[in-house]
Amino acid sequence: MPVSSRIYNTLFRRNYVFVGLVFGAAFGADIALDIYADKFWDWKNQGRQWKDIRHKYVTEE
Amino acid sequence: MFSRGCLRQASRVSSRSLPIRQTIRRTTTDAAKAVPEASEARLTAAAYVATAVAVASSGWYFYQYGPTVYAVTPAEHGLHPTKYPWVHQGFLNTFDHQALRRGFQVYREVCASCHSLSRVAWRTLVGVSHTVDEVKAMAEECEYDDEPNDQGDIEKRPGKLSDYIPSPYANDQAARAANQGALPPDLSLIVKARHGGCDYIFNLLTGYPDEPPAGAVVQSGLNFNPYFPGTGIAMARVLYDGIVEYEDGTPATTSQMAKDVVEFLNWAAEPEMDERKKMGMKVLAVTTIMLALSIWVKKYKWASLKTRKIVYNPPKDILK
Repeated sequence: MPVSSRIYNTLFRRNYVFVGLVFGAAFGADIALDIYADKFWDWKNQGRQWKDIRHKYVTEE
Repeated sequence: MFSRGCLRQASRVSSRSLPIRQTIRRTTTDAAKAVPEASEARLTAAAYVATAVAVASSGWYFYQYGPTVYAVTPAEHGLHPTKYPWVHQGFLNTFDHQALRRGFQVYREVCASCHSLSRVAWRTLVGVSHTVDEVKAMAEECEYDDEPNDQGDIEKRPGKLSDYIPSPYANDQAARAANQGALPPDLSLIVKARHGGCDYIFNLLTGYPDEPPAGAVVQSGLNFNPYFPGTGIAMARVLYDGIVEYEDGTPATTSQMAKDVVEFLNWAAEPEMDERKKMGMKVLAVTTIMLALSIWVKKYKWASLKTRKIVYNPPKDILK
């Protein structure tokens, strides 16, 4: 069985699988986007944010 | 002349390959030849006159409505602030939170004696420039009205995190009375409320000359500052080198303090800046992908339409 028809049979053939895939991908992509956006933000603003200077002022946790 | 010439050109180009059009063209060229020379000259003259009228009327319109009229003199308008490369105003930059901490210190020790910061609550400083314990300690130093007691009297209580930073005066009238009629504006949104924003406030704070220039009229009770509209400002110069002692050892020069307090006031006016910039970053990233996808889908759907060819074979018998 070729790869394309295997993908079709497992993912697109049954609607509930397809809809579940769409929703799952949307959630996953949103979470991934948030994580990577925050990582990029922290990298761009190294040393400027509160979490970078917090250790100077917090005496005990 | 213009229009007829264009028409003739166009019809000649478009009808070259179609034999059926040639008969039509022949009749049109015949009609054009029939126009006498005098009428062509009149058409040319009319075109010149119409062009002259159009140019003259648009020129008159711009003379009448184009130039901007200023009702104020440059002095009344105030000197334009110098633009500074504020790092926190970059598209993807946050505030320097160490500077926010220093700026709050400057506000508290210098500005707060006259200016309120009534829209900023103590709790908003937590996790931005101070720890919870530091903010709680600062809030407890201030007194706020408590709930009425059993006799209905209002008692005082120490401040809490949810309280707003107290104002130096009870109301605007008290503030005016204490400042010779001049009202020190609230600083919560001052960066948004003034043209030039950060640049204007920085220039205003650092722009006091030692003495007003020759010829400048300064009313009694006012101070000369070229950046303030009207140049007469009730606030005197307040930032002098070393007036504040920074806890992190930064030399407290006038410009350093002005820069820190401006950054702090920018945070007070836009505490949501980080979230806004992050959201904009995500929106641009997602819409870029969406735009690329939609361009691809459009090309995919249109490929068959764009590459097809329609051929027209005229029936043979119409040529006879």
